[in-house]
Amino acid sequence: MREIPVSQITKKVKELFLTSAYEIGPDVEAAVRSASESEPSPIGKSVLCQLCENYRIARDERVAICQDTGMAVLFIDVGQDVHFTGGDFEEAVHEGVRQAYREGYLRKSVVNDPLFDRKNTGDNTPAVLHLRIVPGEKVHFLVTAKGFGSENMSAVKMCVPADGEEGVRNFIIDTARKAGPNPCPPMIIGVGIGGTLEQAALIAKRMTARAIGSHNPDPRYAKLEADALAAINRLGIGPAGIGGETTALAVNIDFAPTHIAGMPVAVNICCHAARHAEGEV
Amino acid sequence: MQEYHLHLPLTKEDVQALRAGDMVYLTGPMLTGRDAAHKRLIQLLNEGKELPMDVRGQAIYYVGPAPASPGHAVGSAGPTTSYRMDAYTPQLLKLGLNCMIGKGRRSDAVRQAMRDYGAVYLGAVGGAAALIARSIKSAEVLAYEDLGTEAIHRFTVENFPAIVLMDAHGGNLYESGPEQYRKE
Ligand code: SF4
Repeated sequence: MREIPVSQITKKVKELFLTSAYEIGPDVEAAVRSASESEPSPIGKSVLCQLCENYRIARDERVAICQDTGMAVLFIDVGQDVHFTGGDFEEAVHEGVRQAYREGYLRKSVVNDPLFDRKNTGDNTPAVLHLRIVPGEKVHFLVTAKGFGSENMSAVKMCVPADGEEGVRNFIIDTARKAGPNPCPPMIIGVGIGGTLEQAALIAKRMTARAIGSHNPDPRYAKLEADALAAINRLGIGPAGIGGETTALAVNIDFAPTHIAGMPVAVNICCHAARHAEGEV
Repeated sequence: MQEYHLHLPLTKEDVQALRAGDMVYLTGPMLTGRDAAHKRLIQLLNEGKELPMDVRGQAIYYVGPAPASPGHAVGSAGPTTSYRMDAYTPQLLKLGLNCMIGKGRRSDAVRQAMRDYGAVYLGAVGGAAALIARSIKSAEVLAYEDLGTEAIHRFTVENFPAIVLMDAHGGNLYESGPEQYRKE
């Protein structure tokens, strides 16, 4: 049994959100840079160069990569031999988010009620928490700050088994086509196949944070990733949606067992400001 | 594709000369506003009341900046997606607003109003928010301070980088650009 004061959780959460708001991941930066060299559209190329310059300014000056610093989403794996002390665990997580957004000059974009009041909560809380209990005595965090230009372009479809590989591929491509310029292409596309409605969506969200250039270990799914990516980059949408061959940087797919009668597919779109960070306490 | 360095507010001639696909660098004052501010402006118009600022011949940037850190006029300040303003836009164009800056497609009604009243729609690169913020030299709140980041501001910009997405003659880079690179 390991005792962890919840103040350590607050500190870690704050640090991870600050890092992700200012410092783009090396995989994303390398992918945008390499696209800026291969992109045939001159105006598309200039957009990608602006993005590289933007990453550099954000990192050097410690300012937000994008003004939409997103809604805070955390995947937290809690070791079952951990005992939290000194307060409420979930409140400690929200406090970390609150401190990061207040002290880091990040935009507060959360409203209290989705339909009627829509009043800004003023500190970007509450965050969205996904908890799992795992063996061990550590706490692992994967945090993402999700902008809504791209979140709004995401989609879930309750496919049927007969839709097969082609049905899934077409749904992914159609979602990207419909999104067009809105999610700030080049985008990173997370896909969850199987499970239930919400499990597919959770997998898709996690997949938006999988490293660019990594592949699903199952070669059939890896091929689906590659095929969908190539097809999306033939749509012509291009950087910022104004034409070109760089529409998506990655299609990351994962799957889960599902029911004999179903095949849920969730497509979560993330923009080039793909902010996420991982850490452990 | 042409490149222009233009002063704000844009003249009628500027607006007519720009074509979808041109690059522009803007210098001068621009208004800001997004969802909540647009809703209030249109409410005023529907009630026959006056707006808190003059929109004639002005440019509006759809943005909700991040808070400014010490020594900066604004925090990161990239464009927000424009279609959410579409329902309100034709009324503002009718009043003489001649330039909008945002990202993403617009409705047919907005495009028609742009032709009818002479307006351009420019794109700032979504997500290039730290880079764009560097061109914003000052920011002051004009109205609706209570809306925080969504308040109407006046920005003074210098060489603000933008791309003509839709011009006053029906040109639309979101159609012509992708068309050129589509390989389906
Ligand atoms: S979609 Fe992403 S890059 Fe574009 S404005 Fe939103 S958070 Fe920023």
